[in-house]
Amino acid sequence: MSLQFLADGLLAGLLIGLGAIGVTLTYAMLRFANFAHGEMMSFGAYVAWSASFLLSALAGTAWPAMGPFSITAAVLLGGLAAMILTAGLALLLDRLLFRHLAGRGEAITLVIASFGASMALRSLIEFAFSSSPLYFSSDLQIAVRLGMGIRVTPDQLALIGLTLCLLLAIHLLVTRTQAGRAMRAVAENPTLAAVVGLDVRRVVGLTWVMGGALAAAAGTMAGILVQIRPNMGFDFLLPLFSAAILGGIGSIPGAILGGIVIGLAEAACVQFVGAEWRAAVAFLILVLLLLLRPRGFFGEAA
Amino acid sequence: MNGKPVLRVDRLVAGYEPGLPIVNGASLTLRAGEIVAILGPNGAGKSTLIKAIAGLVATPSGQIWLNGTDLRPLPAHKRTALGLGFVPQTENVFTRLSILDNLKLAAGILPAAGRAAAIDDVLSLFPDLAARPALLAGRLSGGQRQMLAVARALVVKPRILMLDEPSAGLSPRLVLEVFAQLGRIRAQGITILLVEQNVKAALALADRGIVLVGGRERHEGRSADLLGDPGLGALFLGGDAVRETGS
Ligand SMILES: Nc1ncnc2c1ncn2[C@@H]1O[C@H](COP(=O)(O)OP(=O)(O)OP(=O)(O)O)[C@@H](O)[C@H]1O
Ligand SMILES: [Mg+2]
Repeated sequence: MSLQFLADGLLAGLLIGLGAIGVTLTYAMLRFANFAHGEMMSFGAYVAWSASFLLSALAGTAWPAMGPFSITAAVLLGGLAAMILTAGLALLLDRLLFRHLAGRGEAITLVIASFGASMALRSLIEFAFSSSPLYFSSDLQIAVRLGMGIRVTPDQLALIGLTLCLLLAIHLLVTRTQAGRAMRAVAENPTLAAVVGLDVRRVVGLTWVMGGALAAAAGTMAGILVQIRPNMGFDFLLPLFSAAILGGIGSIPGAILGGIVIGLAEAACVQFVGAEWRAAVAFLILVLLLLLRPRGFFGEAA
Repeated sequence: MNGKPVLRVDRLVAGYEPGLPIVNGASLTLRAGEIVAILGPNGAGKSTLIKAIAGLVATPSGQIWLNGTDLRPLPAHKRTALGLGFVPQTENVFTRLSILDNLKLAAGILPAAGRAAAIDDVLSLFPDLAARPALLAGRLSGGQRQMLAVARALVVKPRILMLDEPSAGLSPRLVLEVFAQLGRIRAQGITILLVEQNVKAALALADRGIVLVGGRERHEGRSADLLGDPGLGALFLGGDAVRETGS
């Protein structure tokens, strides 16, 4: 039996986990599920593609690939630009939409608002870029055999490495800095956070920045791995929510682990059951979770 | 106690929904260095009053002055920065943060250079907490959590410390310990406003008591006088009876 699904699932799961960090934190702080989070991933991917395209145009020639990877320095710079601009987009959504609605009405108002933002963003992207897919590179990647039937492309390895670096950075930020402690505190108990002297709005803004940047990174990497489509983020939505709930709302390590579980389950499904069932996996896990253990693995008792 | 007034609440109205005042015209004055206990039957609005002072409940009218600053327009975190410490009754520590991170978080409003020393100072008051700073606050017992909540409020050296039923749910021995700790805190010059159901223990510690009924003060007096007041005894018996049939 080939263990290929382990490699595919791990990378997909890490990307889901990166996206789910923003979902789980904003859910914990503002008590609503942000349907526009998927579009932040797509937005990031399109920004990264545009920026790398522009950089190549400026250079007058395609940037050289780095070693065996299809990823060029232009793509990396594009990814960086995507993280910055998507952080800005998230902050903008917070300022224009979520901040005003939060605490005023019911959570459903926020959910519907984010659903609207999701559709608007998707349409805008489709309008600007059309619905045909884009690719960062047309190079063919030659897979390396790792044994036990596992084959990975150099790009897959590079992305796993990049993701692990990002996760390390997040870990240090969240555990070693005052900003990180503040985010964890607001995610757990916003009222107490204010009592302790935190400006909760600022911390929420910071969380949108981090969540947006990570969504852009995940979207860009998903684009490198497969392709860029206006619907790519929306297709991630169910896995993102499942991962966030699986890991326990408000828990960053939980979101990562939840993402890995969903990614592995999806990849196993594709390998052993059939690719057409893939989309059902996250849904099935979500429904089972909500029925059996709504707190997730890492959730605190209410 | 003849200290200067540090906190003055004047005809305060506070509540959770517009048009439904829970605190209804309450007034009180805290003088520097004193301990004042707010007493009263269940549902009297004691918690609502202290949360309103902390900035967690809307206050459509009335005034709250802290050393000459009008607190009413300020959000909760700015009141904390002005020296108003608050220990809520429940959910008063961050369970997913370690003991040390709870304290570091609170110390964040101090100038960076003074934070470590402030944390060391407060840990020296609580040897139980100092013994294992890396422990998650969620793993602490009820009494230790209460200690951490108090330590967290003290780390920024507030002028006033407000506590909502710090003895609730603790064993008699721990209640004594908490009240002894409050005595030591006052000795450091911190003024204390205390909400308590535990009338005897509270009045044994406090200089004065204020009895809140229906969202405004009904009685006010020195602790010794309140303890000897037979009318008050009847009120509390009433309150206790309500509590017992109600639960
Ligand atoms: N978050 C809330 N939303 C709406 N109403 C509330 C809320 N908290 C308290 N109340 C109502 O306000 C009234 C006063 O409650 P409060 O907690 O201030 O009383 P208390 O004097 O502290 O009572 P206890 O001795 O039981 O703690 C009660 O009728 C209560 O139902
Ligand atoms: Mg109360």
